[in-house]
This record gives sequence, C-alpha cells and structure tokens, in this order.
Amino acid sequence: MTAPALPPVHMRRTAFDPTPELGEIRKQEGVRTVVNAFGMQVYLVTRHHDVKRVLSDHAHFSNARPPGFVLPGAPALPEEEQASARAGNLLGLDPPEHQRLRRMLAPEFTIRRIKRLEPRITAIVDEHLDAMEAAGAPVDLVERFALPIPSLVICELLGVPYEDRADFQARSGRQLDLSLPVAERMGLAQAGREYMHTLVDRARSYPGEDILGMLISDHGAELTDDELVGIAGLLLLAGHETTSNMLGLGTLALLRHPEQLAAVRDEPDAVGPAIEELLRWLSIVQTSIPRITTADVEVAGVPIPAGQLVFASLPAGNRDPEFTDAPDVLDIRRGAPGHLAFGHGVHHCLGAPLARMEMRIAWPALLHRFPHLALAEDFDDVAFRSFHFIYGLRSLAVRW
Amino acid sequence: MKLEADHDACIASGNCVMISEVLFDQDEDGIVVLLAEEVPEGEEDHAREAVKICPASVLRLT
Repeated sequence: MTAPALPPVHMRRTAFDPTPELGEIRKQEGVRTVVNAFGMQVYLVTRHHDVKRVLSDHAHFSNARPPGFVLPGAPALPEEEQASARAGNLLGLDPPEHQRLRRMLAPEFTIRRIKRLEPRITAIVDEHLDAMEAAGAPVDLVERFALPIPSLVICELLGVPYEDRADFQARSGRQLDLSLPVAERMGLAQAGREYMHTLVDRARSYPGEDILGMLISDHGAELTDDELVGIAGLLLLAGHETTSNMLGLGTLALLRHPEQLAAVRDEPDAVGPAIEELLRWLSIVQTSIPRITTADVEVAGVPIPAGQLVFASLPAGNRDPEFTDAPDVLDIRRGAPGHLAFGHGVHHCLGAPLARMEMRIAWPALLHRFPHLALAEDFDDVAFRSFHFIYGLRSLAVRW
Repeated sequence: MKLEADHDACIASGNCVMISEVLFDQDEDGIVVLLAEEVPEGEEDHAREAVKICPASVLRLT
C-alpha cells in the first residue's frame, strides 16, 4: 500500500486550521460519508452538539468492535491473539467493562494527586531549559522540550525506565502515523506489548510506588497480565504523544500571536484560560476513537445504518460557530468553556489534569527563561505531522 | 439554586473541581463530592459552567 498524496479530509489542515471543507460539511448537511486512511467509508460528524451526542451515547455509538471486525490490510489473527492485544485498552471498551478499569485508574489522576507532582514537573522543566540554554540557539524545541518533558513525566508516573525511551518513542510515533501500512503498525504495537510484558513481570515481583506498582498492589488479583500491559501501553502512548504535540504546536501558535504570548508570559491569571483556548483552537486529536453504530440512528437528520463507523471530528466541533463566536480566531480571553479537545462522555481523557498541569508549568517557564523566543526557520518551512492520528510538529527550530 | 450529582455515573474527570474548589471536591477515588448543596452567592456562574462541561453529564441544577 502506498501513502496517498493527501490525508483524509478529516485530517487535512493548513498549518493550524482544519481544511475549509470540514467547515462546509458542518454548515451544510453536518454529517457526510468520507473515506478514512484505510479506504473505509465512515460517517464524519462535525457539529459541536452532534459530536457531544455521539461521544456520550455509548449505547448507540460503541467503542467495542463486533466479532470479525478487521481493518483492511490487517493480518488475520487467531481470536485468542486478538483478545490478548485488545485487553486493557480502555478506548476499546463500553460501559460497564470500561468503568471497571477506569475506576481503578481514576484515583491516580485526581486534581489533588496531580498537584502533588507539581514540584517534580517544575524540576523536569527547569532541567530541560538549562540544557537548552547550555546547548545554545538554535535548537529543535520538539526534541529538547516538547517531547522529553511529557515523556519523562509519564515514565516516572507509570514506572517505565526512561532509558528505554528511544525505542518506545520511535514505536509510538510510528504506530499513530496513518500513512504506514496497517500490518507494520500492528507489528509495532505487538513489539510495544512485548516490551511492556517485561515491565509487568518485574512489577509483579517488585511492585513500586508508581501506577503499575499501585495497580498490582491494589488490583493485582483482578487484572490479567494482558490487561496490565494494555493499560500501561495506552497510558504511555497517550501520555507522551498528546501533551508533547500541544507544547510544540502551542508554542508555535503563541509565537504567531505575540500579544497573546506576552500575556501567557507576564500574567499568571491568563495561563489557565490560554491553555483551554489553545486546546480548543488546535484540537490536536483529529477525531475521537471511531465508534460503531449498534442500531439504525440519525445524526443531524442524516440516517446512519447499524454497523457503520462514525468519526466525531474534534477540530470541527471546536470551531463550530454555534458553539463560540469567531471560532477560527485564537483568543486566549475568549472564555468559552466546553471545548471537546479532551473528548466527551465516559472516555473523556483520564490524563487531562496531568496534561493541564504540564502545560501550566512548561509554557510560563519557557517564556520566562527565553523572553525573546523566536522562530529560527521560516514559518512556511515548519514541518507539520499531517498523517498523524494526533496533529503536531515534526520539529521546530527556535532561537532566543 | 441547588446542585445534584449522580455519583455512580461520575467518571472522575475533575473538570468541576477545576471550575470551582468552593463547590466541588473529589474523594480518594476521584468521584465528585459536593461541598455545598445550596450554591453560595457569587458561585452561580461556576455552578452553571460545571454542569455544562461535565463530560459524563452527572451534575444538575435545580
């Protein structure tokens, strides 16, 4: 399979902005059938209100896959192997099975627990700023700042040795690159699970103070090794592929809006609302995890038969003029609660408090250390990751 | 103005606590705790906002 020249419509962007076609679908019929990265027909839902409905109505829009569901190009695996690969993946489960696992993890991600990480995250951010300063400009902000900070934080939290990062960062980056063949991506996922099995084995013998250790100490008898591998793998992937892209892309967005950058740097009260607006405006997660209709339904008056794939477009929903005025403008003083960047419904991002905390520490620290931070490449040359399930930058050359 | 919460359906996103630490807390498991059944004066906007952004729609104002 060769990579198509353009990503599917729901992933297409010009720099920060979703393709105008997405806005047209939202304005016209609201739901349109499009072809996804695997050549499958999917129903693309674009309006804020409809995205919320699809994501909260798990009885009609299921995260689980019916028996026999395979992606085109995926090797046929025995059912046992498939079940082992699916275990512990919260994003592939519906209530009540989903709730069982989510409830085990939720205590680790309360606002109070995450606040306790503040000093450690601050120290990690400072170390990386020191290293950037020592290296001297220009540096690649993605390599030096945006990727390593969330990666180190999730490794420590989870109990994954940071020394192993080269392997798992390369794996997760490619696993979510939808231009690669499905079989290759499944192979990478399998390699990731094998790696995680070694960590689970070790933690079963010597459970540490980290999340993996806690899960084993508190729920070790209720969870299979496959489930632990699935949970840890999902947290590792989600923990560094998301915040890192927000930090990279968000810094570029602020550099392109200097008055708003100055506010984030100089006004502590502006930081929280700025993060929410950057989450909304950038909407780096291109779509929700695809849902499958369990019955004939209608969305925005468009009939969708049972058994169809439904993609909820988070960028389209977040830029719906019915949700907020002048949605294409980045305005950190907008004050429009209710964006969909972390999803909606029972699968709403578990790590949202952690992501917010990392951004709240990282951006002001970066901009205080380098008040004259600037692009060290032409904006037109900046490399965006256009085929990625999570939008972001490949690199970002900066000076100060 | 009174707040109600469906604790069984809470998914512990913590969004409400982010909006107001006067109205909301989380227990050890992350589940919402209402700190004031009757919304105190000056917290009405926060209460409405929290109801709106709860991803599991477990909050209600009566």
